[in-house]
Amino acid sequence: MEEALEGILTNYRKNEGNIITILQDIENTFGYIPEEAVNWFSKKLDIPASRFYSIATFYAQFHLKPRGKNIITVCRGTACHVKGSERLINTLRKKFNLPDEEDTTYNREFTVEKVACVGTCSMAPVAIINKKVCGKMTADKLTREIKKLEGKKTGDNNEG
Amino acid sequence: MVTLTIDGKKVTVRKLSTVLDAARKLDIPIPTLCHHSELSPYGGCRLCIVEIKGMARPITACTTPVSDGMEVITTSPYIEKLRKTTLELLLSDHPNDCMVCERAGDCTLQELAYFYGIRENRFEGERRFYTRKDNNPFIEREMEKCILCGQCVRICDEIQGVGAIDFAHRGFKTRICPPYEKDLNCEFCGQCVAVCPTGALTGKMWAHKGRQKDIKEIETVCPYCGCGCSLTLHVRRNEVIRVSSREDTINEGWLCAKGRFGYGFINHPDRLTKPLIRIVPKNSQKSSARGGRSQKTLNSQLSTLNSQLFREVSWDEALVYVAKRLREIKDRYGPDSIGGLSSAKCTNEENYLFQKFMRAVIGTNNVDHCVRYCHSSTLAGLATVFGSGAMTNSIPEIGNHDVIFVIGSNTTETHPIIGLRIKKAVRGGAELIVADPRRIDLVRFAGIWLQHRPGTDVALLKSMMHVIVKEDLTDKKFIEEWTEGFESFKEGLNEYTPDMGEKITGVPKEYIIRAAILYGNAVRPGIYYTMGITQHTHGTENVFAIAKLALMTGNIGRESTGVNPLRGQNNVQGASDMGCFPDFYPGYQKVNIPNIKQKFEKAWGVRLSDKIGLTAPEMAEAALKGNLKAMYIMGENPVLSDPDINRTIEALKRLDFLAVQDIFMTETAELADVVLPAACFAEKDGTFTNTERRVQRVRKAVEPPGEAKEDSWIIIELANRLGYKMKHAFIEEVFQEAGKVWPAIEGITYGRIAKMGLQWPCPTLDHPGTPYLFKGGFPRGKAVFSTTRYRPSEELPDNEYPFLLSTGRQLFQYHTGSMTRKIDAINKISPEAYIEIHPDDAKQFGINDGKIIKVSSRRGSINIKALISDRPAKGMVFIPFHFKEAAANVLTGTALDPIAKIPELKVCAVKIEVVVLTVS
Repeated sequence: MEEALEGILTNYRKNEGNIITILQDIENTFGYIPEEAVNWFSKKLDIPASRFYSIATFYAQFHLKPRGKNIITVCRGTACHVKGSERLINTLRKKFNLPDEEDTTYNREFTVEKVACVGTCSMAPVAIINKKVCGKMTADKLTREIKKLEGKKTGDNNEG
Repeated sequence: MVTLTIDGKKVTVRKLSTVLDAARKLDIPIPTLCHHSELSPYGGCRLCIVEIKGMARPITACTTPVSDGMEVITTSPYIEKLRKTTLELLLSDHPNDCMVCERAGDCTLQELAYFYGIRENRFEGERRFYTRKDNNPFIEREMEKCILCGQCVRICDEIQGVGAIDFAHRGFKTRICPPYEKDLNCEFCGQCVAVCPTGALTGKMWAHKGRQKDIKEIETVCPYCGCGCSLTLHVRRNEVIRVSSREDTINEGWLCAKGRFGYGFINHPDRLTKPLIRIVPKNSQKSSARGGRSQKTLNSQLSTLNSQLFREVSWDEALVYVAKRLREIKDRYGPDSIGGLSSAKCTNEENYLFQKFMRAVIGTNNVDHCVRYCHSSTLAGLATVFGSGAMTNSIPEIGNHDVIFVIGSNTTETHPIIGLRIKKAVRGGAELIVADPRRIDLVRFAGIWLQHRPGTDVALLKSMMHVIVKEDLTDKKFIEEWTEGFESFKEGLNEYTPDMGEKITGVPKEYIIRAAILYGNAVRPGIYYTMGITQHTHGTENVFAIAKLALMTGNIGRESTGVNPLRGQNNVQGASDMGCFPDFYPGYQKVNIPNIKQKFEKAWGVRLSDKIGLTAPEMAEAALKGNLKAMYIMGENPVLSDPDINRTIEALKRLDFLAVQDIFMTETAELADVVLPAACFAEKDGTFTNTERRVQRVRKAVEPPGEAKEDSWIIIELANRLGYKMKHAFIEEVFQEAGKVWPAIEGITYGRIAKMGLQWPCPTLDHPGTPYLFKGGFPRGKAVFSTTRYRPSEELPDNEYPFLLSTGRQLFQYHTGSMTRKIDAINKISPEAYIEIHPDDAKQFGINDGKIIKVSSRRGSINIKALISDRPAKGMVFIPFHFKEAAANVLTGTALDPIAKIPELKVCAVKIEVVVLTVS
């Protein structure tokens, strides 16, 4: 881990960026913001870890827990809600056996997230599967998509 | 300057002031919740809104800079309505449980709700609920009461320099928490608690002890380190239940964990309450303080100690007995067979009486105190060069240094509040040079860190001086006017080239050169040092080197410019001033100068000895040889604080008679023939003198437990029983008497220091005190540059003992722990001894963090937990000396500085072995 962190740090020093840039790099490298990484940078840069945590929790782009290789984001906007997005979420959570307060499968293959509105209400209900916007979703369609992803078994997309 | 009008009143303030500052200058009240004068403006609570002519809407006074001709209105029905609404919104998700809130009556939010008459709230909605996570023993965080004013965040970052907490999340979910919402893990200074305007942050130990009703508040001085912070003791039913500090004090209201939360020893059940006389012969008793012995045996001994080893007696019996034994020994072996150790924890008055007792009643100069082990080399060094051995500057001057050179001082842990001043100066633009073998916390704030090998200070300083001469940064006018012997001294510097410096100290020469040029070019530099300089066999030479560095650059005798030894104990300056020395009367007046002796003989009405007495380590030596027969120890614990514990115990056991006067049954008291219960700082009146020579008032807040008595009472009673009449109707008389024999404090009266202490010299009643010394010259004329050479420490690592051990203190514990280790909260955060060891060394020996290892020196060995840390350099280890069950001083050597007789506590050679623990 240290090597990867050193790499980020060198970049940071070169670019004279800010904490956000570091956090983005950490997120890109690990898929989330691990506590060790924050503590490591805090020590190296003499910036309190609390500052990193403050920023990491402020922006939605940062995640504090490890995320799955595949990210499925279900829209909960008004239109999607009416069209049964809650059912989609429940289907997914049930399928992945996700306990409360947990969004990622234990094998870190899938993460299920909710979003307020994607802005494509005309195709409600909407789910974003690994950055691909899929409209007029049904539980069956979702299951099929997941099967496809499970078949692939590659994690070529670990960005949020 | 800018002039503006507030509520029709004209006021002129400095440029860049805020509207709030201007209003406060006029004493116009504006409510605030997030503002603190020492912190950056925040503008978060929106209560300080005011109307400014020409501005469309109300604006926050705390963030708006003044401008000429500004017209401000601070109160109007409209503004008040807005303020009330803001308050209601703040209270809309507040628990409103003032009935049971710890801060009720001391809560700004509650007070504002009262003033604005908020009985009901128009806004009702979602509440924030948090699960409490804090298992830390000091700070209770009830985040439901938090109004997000951010004062705690700013104080932790801006004042304390820690940044343990920050805002996290956003919107309604915003909360203040440590990273990853874990338990607090910080210095526990409690600054956040002090500034919190609600009940969100309180002291854990305050709970259910009382709030505002029936509380007496007594102003006194902190009993821990030499910073001399003002404390306000909150007392209810003869119990100190809380400690706070006013903002208009030398410490600006800031305290450290010990000062704020370390008061539990005062009302501790283990306090000595009755005089005790030994019933079991000393030699049959196994000493408990020997290193390596488990605490279990120690505790079981202590819990039954009083009944097993001592019997409780009346004061009369105890005093008669002590007087009888002392008289017998004096008659048989002469007065010089008796020695006394005074206490830097006791007041000036008590120290004055103690040395007077030893000199006038017993008739010997065998009186010393713990300064021997901390700053005797400072005294020997600075007094020789300058004519006085105290801090030359005062604490508030720290803020104006442009360069601060800290050498051999872990300031943030040993003098936390002076540490804050240094951090503040650095924030204000001062350059900080830290010279320390360990990566101490202050290194984070330093521009240059010189990690020299322990014991190589002289070489480091001399190579800096070499550079200063080479770069022509000396102050020739100052050298010409105020010093002599510089030319020959300069010659002696030739060999200390930066290359040579690098070779001896291990510091890269570029660093030495940079540090030297920085210090040499500085306009108002200050040097700060403590035990890292003094506790060496060449401690006095270290001090000489520092003094010369200041002299050759002319950096002394001006405001914010000088040499500052930070004194360790709360009143070690005072105990020194009061003459608890074998060679000095009060005020550093030599005992062997005939007319000085005559002066004291006249003042005290007896014949005095002109023979220089024994220093503390010499007393131990004499006791071992059988020349010293009796000792009277007041408030000291030499068993743990002196080097080579086994030897100290042996020495004390050899004595025919040992009387110990203390507040607890210390390791030393266990060896005594008579133990006299004393009153602690909160139970008596008097004065302490802090490290910057400031004499401050100590006030009685509670009654002593049981039959414990003030030290002054005990000394006076003993003197009277030994046939010397000491009579003082009130304690200030003692101080006045001291002033008569030492004019530097003659102008100080209790009345004058009621609010704020005065710094000696203060010879007359209208003298304002002296913030910095040597303005316009040194008391003894020209300062002399004498030539000293670097010589290595006595015991350096070798093949058999390959590690260099340094000992010292840590933030939470204090000295031998007789006070701090009685406090549960402190023990929870700092429960046991540890040895800091570099990761590489740990790897080599296969030592994991937390593993018990055996550390041995030529004198003894202890088992101790390993703490793998990058603070010490490779090949160096560090042990704090507070812990009796793994006492660092089992290992340290007794080699003494030939001049000051200070032992080398900072350098000795040890070896490390991994212990195989058998499971029992």
